Parts: sequence; C-alpha cells; structure tokens
Amino acid sequence: MKYKTLAIADPAKLIYGVAPRPIETRHGMRIGGGLIYPELNFTLPDINIRKEAMPEIARHYKQIVTEALERAAELEAPGVMLEFETLPPMTEHPALGMEVVNILLEGIERAHDKYGLKATLRCTPNDNREFVRPPLMRSGRYWDAMLELFDQSAAAGAEFLSIESVGGKELHDDALVNGDLRAVLFSLCVMGVRDMQFIWDHIVAIAAKHGVHAAGDTACGFGNTAMVLAERKMIPRVFAAVVRAVTAVRSLVAYECGAVGPGKDCGYENPVLKAITGCPMSMEGKTAACAHLSPMGNLAAATADLWSNESVQNIKLLGGMAPTCYMEQLVYDCRLMNTASAEGEASALKMRDWLVKSDAGLDPQAMILTPESSVAIAHAIVESPSYYAAGIAAARAAVKILRETSESGCLRIDSREAGWLDRMDDELDDMPDTEDAFIGEMMEEVDLEKFTPADYGLPTPVSA
Amino acid sequence: MSTIEDLKTAVINGRRKDVKTLVPELLESGIEPAALLSQALIPAMGVVGERFKKNEIFVPEMLVSARAMKEAMSVLEPKLLEAGIRPEHTALIGTVEGDLHDIGKNLVATMWKGAGFDVVDLGVNVPAARFIEAIEEHEPHIVGLSALLTTTMPAMRDTVAAIRDAGHTSVKLLVGGAPITQSYADEIGADGYSRDAASAVDAAKAALGV
Repeated sequence: MKYKTLAIADPAKLIYGVAPRPIETRHGMRIGGGLIYPELNFTLPDINIRKEAMPEIARHYKQIVTEALERAAELEAPGVMLEFETLPPMTEHPALGMEVVNILLEGIERAHDKYGLKATLRCTPNDNREFVRPPLMRSGRYWDAMLELFDQSAAAGAEFLSIESVGGKELHDDALVNGDLRAVLFSLCVMGVRDMQFIWDHIVAIAAKHGVHAAGDTACGFGNTAMVLAERKMIPRVFAAVVRAVTAVRSLVAYECGAVGPGKDCGYENPVLKAITGCPMSMEGKTAACAHLSPMGNLAAATADLWSNESVQNIKLLGGMAPTCYMEQLVYDCRLMNTASAEGEASALKMRDWLVKSDAGLDPQAMILTPESSVAIAHAIVESPSYYAAGIAAARAAVKILRETSESGCLRIDSREAGWLDRMDDELDDMPDTEDAFIGEMMEEVDLEKFTPADYGLPTPVSA
Repeated sequence: MSTIEDLKTAVINGRRKDVKTLVPELLESGIEPAALLSQALIPAMGVVGERFKKNEIFVPEMLVSARAMKEAMSVLEPKLLEAGIRPEHTALIGTVEGDLHDIGKNLVATMWKGAGFDVVDLGVNVPAARFIEAIEEHEPHIVGLSALLTTTMPAMRDTVAAIRDAGHTSVKLLVGGAPITQSYADEIGADGYSRDAASAVDAAKAALGV
C-alpha cells in the first residue's frame, strides 16, 4: 500500500472546502482551495436511449446545461462542476456519449463567455462490463468502448475523469443481503482492489495523455447499496456502516494509481480518503434525496469540497426544470458554508460541527463518517501492511467506534441491531491471518459462475 | 417424537441442521411430503415473511430461513414430483433489458419460493423476446418484471406490450422497482404492482385472485 501516513491527521483540519492538494481548473476554480462549489449531476426522464432518439436527448441536455448554468450565474456561484454520468447505451456507443459531452462543453463555454461563470466538466462513463455474465473485466467490447469514451471525452475537454467501477460487485450484492462480512471483505479488498488497480492504471494514462485530471472512483455500488438496503430496513444500519468503512480501502486504490480528486460525489467513504490522500472530495447528502435517501444529509457536507445532488431527472417542477432547481439548492448550501468560512476558521469549524452533530448521533452510518471517526478509520487503513489487513482493520475500527459511541450514549442503535456488533466482531476474529489463506478458503466457497477469477488475477481452484 | 410443528419452528428459526434431520424423520413416520410442504414449510415462510414485513427481522435473517426451507425441499422435491405433485403456481421473474439491478428481483423470487411458487429466474438485462420464449416454455401463471432506472422503464413498457402482442393475454404481469408506481403499472397494462419485496407475495396472490 502506498500511503503510510495521513495527509490530515488532525480531525479539526478535516473540513469542507479545504484540501491539502487542491486542484485548479482551466477557468480558475480552485477545488479544495478554500471554497466549496456545487457539483450538478442530472439524468434523463424515461426515454428509450437509442440513435433515433438522440435529437430529443440532445434537447434535454442542452436545456439542462443552459438553464442550470444561467441560474448558477444569476446566483453568483463562484464556480460549478457539471458531472455527466453516462447511461449504459452512451458508453456502449461512444458516439452517443460524445454528442452529450460536446453539448455540455459548449454550454460551459457559452456560460463562461456570457456570464464569466467558471464551470468545468467531469465525465463519468458508466461501467458496462457487467452487461455480460460473468462480466468480462479486462477485455471485450464493453471494456473497449468505455476506454474509447474516456479518451474521446478527455480529448474534447472534459477536465475530470471518473467512474463508478463495479469490480467485486459480482459477489457483493449477495454478501450484503446475507449480512456476510467475510464475503464483503473478499469482494472489496481482494476482488475490488485488484480491479481498481487494473482500471485506474488505464484511466490515469488517458488523463495524462490529454492533460486532464484522473479524478476518482466511488464504491457506490457497494456502500450505497448497503445504505439504501439499510434505509429500507432490509439490513442492519450497523452492518451498512461497517461496510462503508471497508469500502474506503477499495476506493483508495484509485489515488494510489495516480488519481488526484475530486473524489466522486456518491463515495460517502470520501472523508476517510481525504484524510489519507489530502485530495479534494465531492460529497452528496440532503440535496441528493432526489436520487436516494440517506441518514447523513448534513454530515456529508462537513468535509466536502464539491457539494452534489447525485442525479436528478430533467423533469418540470413548479420552480423550473429539476436540474435548475437543484442547482439553486446546491448554490445556496455552498454560499452559506462559504460565508461561514469567510468569517474565519472558528466560524467554519462551528458550521462543520453543526453539520456533523445534527446527524451523527442518530445513525451508525453517520457516526462512522464524523471527522474523528474518518481519521480513526484512515489511521487503521494506512497502518495496515496489505489491503486485506486494511479491510479488517477498517471494519474493526468501525465496530469499535459504534460500540463506544453507543455505550457512551452518543449514538442511538436500534435494539434489534445490537447483536450485530458482536456478530461482526466474531467474524473478524475468525478471519485467516494472511490474504493468501483467505483467498484459498474463499475460492472454495464462492460461486465461480458469477465471476472469472483470471480477470482478477486470482487462481482458479483445483476443484473447479 | 418430532412433529410437523417442530419442522415449522426449525425453518422459522433458520436451523438448517435440524431441518436436515427432521425431514427424513417425519417422512419415515408416515407423513406425506405434500403435508410437510403445506403444513410446515409454506406456513413457516409465511411467518418469516410477516416478520420481515413488520420490520421485526432483516433480510439476512429471512434468508437463513429460506435456506432452511431449501434444505427441506432438496429432499421433498423429488418425492413430490414422483407423486405427480407440482407447485400450484409457476412464476417467471427477470430484470428488463438494459437494467442490471437484481437485489430486489432476487428477494421477490425468494419470497415467492417461500410461498410455494415454482420460480424460474431469468436474471438481469432480459430482452422481451427472452421473456416470451420462457413464457412459452414454462407456461407460468405470473411474470415479474423489475426495473430500477427511469431510463429502463420504457423497456418494461415494451416488454409488457410484447408479451401481450405475442398472444399471452392470460398470464399475470407484476411490475416493481424503485421508479415504478401503481399508476405506471396501470398505464402500461400490468396486472399488479409491488412496492417492495415484502409485499410481493400479497401482490402476486391478489393478481392471481387467490
């Protein structure tokens, strides 16, 4: 593992708008340089995405970029990140994705010329590799098309490249619904880590080729799936909280490969990554309720450098089109936080602490992402000799935080969930000493029809 | 001497090892396989489903019971088939084309199996033609369609239309998924809608009129 120490070891320094390694954009935004900026993400209403529908699809994206940036300018936003997260056919057929990329880049330049608005584009091709089962992770048309879209969008002017990669998800969904921490660790810290190393070497190379930024990944398909399942009372919140801590190990790999941030909005593990890497991070919370519910709507903003809405459909609301309305909400949230920062460090910390305190005691998933908890989990990760050990250490740190804050009365845990802390401790106690031993055991247990071991550099068991 | 009630309790509590010994013991005592299914396993999963619906247990706990039932069925199923007893209802389920989400779909399949349905899971990213082919092969009473993205809702609409256009007018079509609503289900001509996995058995029974 690359990181041996923390970029931010003092929880008091883990705060919104400020990162030890800020990033400058072409139009002069300095992300992590003192201000928190809005990051708007948007999607289509129910439209069948195919070539013939592109005129209608193009109209949607033109409307989104024009109206949302106009509103940002009217509200005097200091800068805006737009995120274009492609829909599957747009990655499968890069020409469709590029049509939208170009529409957004033109809109950004128009807004800059017309209003002087500083805006930039993050392009996030969705990861289509799992469209074949078992997924083809390192080759095939989905892989090739995804790289093509990364390359073309960077060449066209998208300044930030991100992805919501899916390596390890083949086993992780089942691990979640079975409450199986051992399988979670295998999915994230054995499979996930290996896939991240593979995919991020490619993304970093593409970014370097075009002089843009390899931004970061997210364990959305893992941690947020757990969060949504917990929100729907399907799995315990304490389990989802521990899963979140472990996801940080997987997402960290992008930065080890050369990503520089801002980390992707739906990576709720980002406070831990900010503490480790010092890179700026995007976060989402209450303003992402249009996409999914969460138990940390305020807390998520406490350490963010970009503040996002995750995704909203381009549909009409009373105030205007939904992306424009969400742009307004994001701008106001950022304006308030930046006003607090402008009054000095004490005010910024007071604002941050209010954001944290208003959520932390009400849900385990919020409690493990307070600045103090994030730094504790970050410490556990960087002090570990391997990703496998880091996963176990992150889980142990999370269980410890939950147990201690619950016992001290700082955290409310549902009585049905209390036994899960013991259960997870027991599972962690039973983990093998080495990763090799763990892989050996798991490869005899897992469903080999769900993934291809060679795509993860894993041995195929003799019994297969 | 063990009773049917013991088997029911073992399934409710997810005690697979107990189930493994109880099933042969009860069969040897002369109880018919069909009785074990209808008086122990299905009612047990009914209790578990109710507890889940009332948020008294989590999915992992429900799945422990489902695995216990599966253990019992591995012994009972061949005997039931031998006796010519087939599940009363057959269900097909799948996530529509373009959509890869399967957690909700899998949970619905589990709930339906627990209710005694014979469930054929077509997986994710299932084109309309594959649904039709499977309907013709398995002759199900009900088909579950899942979609989790707004942009795959049109595929759900197209699939419902394609199934009807292919002449399968009597099979009941049940839809679900995060962006799906009762009004959307009505609009596309589905026979039922389930807002979550916990309600899927009730929704299926309502659509089937049982």
